Amino acid sequence: MTDPVEADGATHAPLLSVDRVAKSYGATAALKNATFTAIEGEVHAVMGENGAGKSTMLGILAGLVRSDHGTVTLGGVHYAPRSAADARKFGVAIVPQEPTLCDHLNVAENVTLGIEPVSSGFVRAEEAQRRCKAALAPLGVDIDPTRRASDLTPAERQLVCIGRALAQSKVRVLILDEPTSSLTMAEAERVLDAVRALADSGLCVLYVSHTLGEVVRVADAYTVLRNGETVRSGSMKGVEVADLTEMLLGHPAEARVRAPREKGERVLSVRELTGVKLPAGASFELHRGEIFGVFGLVGSGRTELVRAIYGLDRVVRGEVHIGSSASTRSTPAHRLHEGIGMVSEDRKGEGLALTMSVADNLTLSKLESISSGGIVSPNAQGTAARDLITRLQIRCAGPDAPVGSLSGGNQQKVAIGRLLHQNANVLLLDEPTRGIDIGSREQLYDLSIDLAAKQKAIVWISTQPAELLAVCDRIAVMRRGVLGAPRDVTDWSEQLLLQEAAA
Amino acid sequence: MTEAKPTEAKATEASAMSSRLRRVLGEPWIGPLVALLVVYAMFAVVTPDTFLRGVALEMMARHTVVVAFCSVGMTLVIIQGGIDLSVGSVVALVTVVTASLLRSGYSPAVAALGAVLAGALCGALNGALVAGLKITPFIVTLGTMSALRGLAKGFAGEQKIDADAGALEKLMLRDPDSALPFPPGVFLAIVVALFGAALLAYSRFGRHIVATGSSPATARLCGISIPRVTIVTYTLAGLLAGIAGMMEFSTLTVGDPTDSIGLELEVIAAVVIGGGSLFGGQGSVAGSVLGAMLMTVIATGATHVGIANWIQEILTGAIIVVAVTVDRMRHR
Repeated sequence: MTDPVEADGATHAPLLSVDRVAKSYGATAALKNATFTAIEGEVHAVMGENGAGKSTMLGILAGLVRSDHGTVTLGGVHYAPRSAADARKFGVAIVPQEPTLCDHLNVAENVTLGIEPVSSGFVRAEEAQRRCKAALAPLGVDIDPTRRASDLTPAERQLVCIGRALAQSKVRVLILDEPTSSLTMAEAERVLDAVRALADSGLCVLYVSHTLGEVVRVADAYTVLRNGETVRSGSMKGVEVADLTEMLLGHPAEARVRAPREKGERVLSVRELTGVKLPAGASFELHRGEIFGVFGLVGSGRTELVRAIYGLDRVVRGEVHIGSSASTRSTPAHRLHEGIGMVSEDRKGEGLALTMSVADNLTLSKLESISSGGIVSPNAQGTAARDLITRLQIRCAGPDAPVGSLSGGNQQKVAIGRLLHQNANVLLLDEPTRGIDIGSREQLYDLSIDLAAKQKAIVWISTQPAELLAVCDRIAVMRRGVLGAPRDVTDWSEQLLLQEAAA
Repeated sequence: MTEAKPTEAKATEASAMSSRLRRVLGEPWIGPLVALLVVYAMFAVVTPDTFLRGVALEMMARHTVVVAFCSVGMTLVIIQGGIDLSVGSVVALVTVVTASLLRSGYSPAVAALGAVLAGALCGALNGALVAGLKITPFIVTLGTMSALRGLAKGFAGEQKIDADAGALEKLMLRDPDSALPFPPGVFLAIVVALFGAALLAYSRFGRHIVATGSSPATARLCGISIPRVTIVTYTLAGLLAGIAGMMEFSTLTVGDPTDSIGLELEVIAAVVIGGGSLFGGQGSVAGSVLGAMLMTVIATGATHVGIANWIQEILTGAIIVVAVTVDRMRHR
């Protein structure tokens, strides 16, 4: 097999050419200068950190966002789609990150949804199945069109979504947004093979992924965006994971040097913890006065790890020791009693009861301390809430304000304030800074460091290497359900973290 | 504050007043209260000679008692995120149980205890099924609605059971010589409603009910046992339906297995008019009881004015939809 860029690139004009495309939202420039070209029959990887402008650019190509400047040409013709339907007419289709299938319909019905072959008003099931098979053929997969969508494996769901995009219109450019992010390694392989087969059949595939090992394996060419600009674009030939990491960060990252905290006794020990699917045998130890960082990509099992520890998800195998006593299987109520608290990554769905007041949300996990004989004292609750509002600088109309009326950062302070109210010794923080402003973020860093100094123990889960390097004492990387060996923060760098997570 | 100039003091006083006023106006029961007063005033103007007399008031209070007891329980269930379609069947079953106990020679006190217990057992069954089978409450209580109705008919041998109500009859009958304007059942309903409102507002368990309905995931995260909250809430609702059944028996003085068909919809309507959300987490006992009263006033008033039954039904339906629409708009 020859390199397609060199073999075909010389003879064919580029199929897709993006030239100095820009897009601003108000004063914020989401995309400043995106420039690259892609040809028929290639897998073109599009990479960038969160906020690099990736989604904006893909949105422009898919007709969901209109650009302010720059030009896009498709097959030599000016291309500026006004809507997703318009983009499909030009032959550009996007498959979103999360597969969206109607679980109660079968594969053929899902693939032909909205374009059902009919005769005198009745759906021709056999024709639908034939078209479904035809759409899946270029992927090199054979999925029975009569199977129900709910019976499919995650990889098959992703493949059916791609097949549906192919069946709905004549596709020339297919955009895949992190198609393997929620798949296991073996399942990801299947999707990658299909992506390769698709490109070999002559399509241009724009492939978005954070898993750099995957990109190196499947892509022919790449474009790296940083701060809204194309920093590098070219052939994948000879490019290694480490090269991509450095391009993404823009610099070989350096670790911050920080004063070590005094480490106390061991408060939590997890051995070979295994859940129903994830984690898959994770182990670590946590000491008083320590902030332990867990870095991992989406689907690596970091959230499942703390959920299993906290008793929210079922533990299949392994051990959890709190202090010196074994207590593997548990409930949240029991964990609370043992001095463990958790902040959920899903702030609106799980972390907070949005229709309840700030005071209720702050005190809900330990109403005992503000009530007597089963009656909650409004005064005690108000006092407890006001103390925390002052201490955490929560901006709200008062303890009685519904927590849903607060900004994201202040909501998160309420979620963390609850752990302070229950006086937790071990704080499991799952992506505590997700989607909050920089000011609140800095306050949470300071608060955590302050808590650790007061001999609390913290598990801090994050997808942001810089944040972990700033607050943690030790960091371990989670990959496919297993936690790697923890290392001192001084032994890590952004590059090392990304490399180990994506390896 | 002592240094403050009179005008400033007045201004802060006024702003404190307005914020308090805004808070009161934000209460969920304000809407149904206003609606009730407006509708009552309307009928009072049209038919002053009947509507302004104490007799009419007493009759309307009596008519509301059964729905009011049930709606206190339903409020708890709906705030918890559930629903109970079986209340009508429970009330019918309880009238049968009460009549049977009395006919077997038990004292009215024992019969009353049996009534409440039977209701609580039905509620516990609902709660255990919802919590244990993890099936939506709508389906579970749709099932028990039919099953308990069947049980009542089987227990009664598919006929009404006559019994000497004895002291139980006095629950819903005003002593003409008494200085009190209402029969004891009405006062009991008021006490129970106050108790229910206090439970929701001030007890730890009340917070757990609201939290479970507002966000089950958050409740779980905070160590609240959702099965326990579910079972206790449905049991309480059943117990209140038991008391309602006892009141119904006091009015009918027979045990009737075919009684109270469709009561559950009236009760749900009362809760919804009172600001309860079928998505859980929202509602108030005061609002629900006012909703129940509103429906009684409309039915009574319409009858007095001579509006046909079918128009009354259309009116009630319209009020349910309008009440919820207005409530949504207020919260926007």
